[in-house]
Amino acid sequence: MTFEQVVVYLISAVMLVSAALVVTMRNPVKAVLSLVLTFFSAASLWITLEAEFLAISLVLVYVGAVMVLFLFVVMMLDINQAELRAGFTNYLPLGGVVAVLMVVEIILVLKGREYSGLQLASEQLRGPGYSNTRELGAIIYTHYIYPFEIVGFVLLVAIVGSIALTFRRRTVSRYQKPSVQIHTTKAERLRVVKMTTQRVDLTTPEEFVPTTPIQTTPTQKAEEEST
Amino acid sequence: MIDWFLTLWNSLPDWLQIGVWNLLKIIVVVLPLMICVAYLTYAERKIIGYMQVRIGPNRVGPRGWLQPIADALKLMMKEIVLPTRSDRFLFLLAPVLSLGPALAAWAVIPFTDKLVIANIDAGLLYVLALTSVGVYGIIVAGWASNSKYAFLGAMRSAAQIVAYEIAMGFALVGVLMVAGSLNLVQIVQHQAGGLHQWFMWPLFPLFIVYFISGVAETNRAPFDVAEGESEIIGFHVEYSGMAFAVFFLAEYANMILIAALTSIMFLGGWYSPIGAYLPTALLDIPVIGWLLGDGVHWLLIKISIVLFFFLWLRATYPRYRYDQIMRLGWKVLIPVTLIWVVVIGMVKFFTPFGFIMS
Amino acid sequence: MAKAIRHFFKTFLLLEMIQGLAVTGRHLFAPKITVQYPEQKTPKSPRFRGLHALRRYANGEERCIACKLCEVVCPALAITIDVAEREDGSRRTTRYEIDLFKCIYCGFCEEVCPVDSIVETDLHEYHFEARGENIMTKEKLLSIGDRYEARIAVAKAADAPYR
Repeated sequence: MTFEQVVVYLISAVMLVSAALVVTMRNPVKAVLSLVLTFFSAASLWITLEAEFLAISLVLVYVGAVMVLFLFVVMMLDINQAELRAGFTNYLPLGGVVAVLMVVEIILVLKGREYSGLQLASEQLRGPGYSNTRELGAIIYTHYIYPFEIVGFVLLVAIVGSIALTFRRRTVSRYQKPSVQIHTTKAERLRVVKMTTQRVDLTTPEEFVPTTPIQTTPTQKAEEEST
Repeated sequence: MIDWFLTLWNSLPDWLQIGVWNLLKIIVVVLPLMICVAYLTYAERKIIGYMQVRIGPNRVGPRGWLQPIADALKLMMKEIVLPTRSDRFLFLLAPVLSLGPALAAWAVIPFTDKLVIANIDAGLLYVLALTSVGVYGIIVAGWASNSKYAFLGAMRSAAQIVAYEIAMGFALVGVLMVAGSLNLVQIVQHQAGGLHQWFMWPLFPLFIVYFISGVAETNRAPFDVAEGESEIIGFHVEYSGMAFAVFFLAEYANMILIAALTSIMFLGGWYSPIGAYLPTALLDIPVIGWLLGDGVHWLLIKISIVLFFFLWLRATYPRYRYDQIMRLGWKVLIPVTLIWVVVIGMVKFFTPFGFIMS
Repeated sequence: MAKAIRHFFKTFLLLEMIQGLAVTGRHLFAPKITVQYPEQKTPKSPRFRGLHALRRYANGEERCIACKLCEVVCPALAITIDVAEREDGSRRTTRYEIDLFKCIYCGFCEEVCPVDSIVETDLHEYHFEARGENIMTKEKLLSIGDRYEARIAVAKAADAPYR
């Protein structure tokens, strides 16, 4: 067994265990974290197959973005475990059918190819200077260009649709608008009032009468008149 | 002696040789990085002190040089307090989760065109993927602490990081459009030929956006709501001792990583800014030629300058309010990057000025 | 409109940000004003209220007449005084204790003292190493007064015109 094979079996074992943990963990947050570990192992497996672009995209998209949002949602929820497990036997037949179907599909896909044991990508198979990223790009942007563009468009529609469905303007909550706050100028917020200074005789406070009336600026006068 | 080592080395099995060799390479990168982190805290305190007309630490060792070591020792001696009913495993895993990606991303950083641990084709994507994984440390820390404050702080920090990651990614899209490659070595090689070839010039808005999002990504001032203990509590309130120190290490390691990436993407990596303009005769002089020519020292100088800007920002600006952070990320930086990405595409393919961008 | 355009350029050219950076950048090279404490010290006012002391007259007789005004005025109830008649028939304290953990260094005891006996010196560099040392007994207070009488006299004389 070569070093690469040991690594592959190790990562596969981690992946299987963590995938099992996703469904057996009692705590949903930990289940999501196990799912993250599963994705990581899958990415590592792809790297051993020299599909580095796919592996990194998996980490970037699923681990870095999708699962973070998953975690956000799951952490906010207060999930009752007993209630979740109540209908387990009812759903078991349906779940079993789905599982069997998926296994059959995978077997169908894999059948007819030569997968006798573990075969790793090697330089001999691919030839030197092989770049998975380049190949992937070439095939996506030539052969599969229309499906690719359509998928992109569907995703855009999904984004806009989800925003349109969930966005409602709150009328009750009062909040600050940072853009309005930023656009204020000094002239709008600050008024410098000029006043004449006056000397007060502190020795006889009870007889204190201002000798001169407080001078106001024209703007202040105008405001006083308007009120 | 050397012969003995060589025979020993050759007698080892193949997989062990690979393992040991890679481990050595990792140590060679990570160990100096950790020392840099320690001395970055010292530099931070000194520089911010000087900007505030103070002196900064100067008591431990000559001129305070041993201060970071004293700090590290202090933090190691302190007790790690585990909050009641917290998730022990995740609580202790969280700091590691935030430090790990910060160190792992160094695997693809090219110090020179030869000096890089893994010269992979999707290097840029790898870096983006790992920086996006760093957010798990924060979320898990907030959740495992079993504290409302830590949890809210984690939510805020995570939302901030996710938001600024998008702007960061778009800025890098600009870089790869101009460079035409995801390979970091090729991106730097595209900037060969002196100061005017650096991507900083055609991509100036993206450079600024990348730097600002980098500051926000690393939770540094003025985006450090995680540390604003007086108004908002951060995700690491419940952490103490070494567990806190690891978060601290992660923050600074991330800072150095962002500085390194900025230097590689926009500032010409290991290329000398002036070497290309000088006559080759000057570059052949032993020491001066090496100093003026391309080399890893230029990358280190550039990283130091970017890091200085990090500290300079911290000494200058007051902390952003949380809603202002979100506004800046979503409504200012992302549109700026989107517009500039379109501009790059237009210039590159539809105008005679395409040569600027390639 | 013109305002909006001006605002747009002002924000996107980061003008104010650069101005801010310039301020801190200038101060990076400004002379530093830090006082390196144990080696350098800032001047102290003669009114400085530090460690307490009990004073004596020039002939060696202690000033305190056990009037208990300080005990009454002390807002933190830090002073405890016991009184007895001395052999010569004068009213003296048998116990005069200040709990420095309670004391807030307000200086009321000093102000209220009719014979300038209890004073607060300018000493502020002192510490306790064991429990109980925070109680300043009469002996301790008198010995401080004896030891620093010269300094105390100078400080009180300097402040006297303003009393």
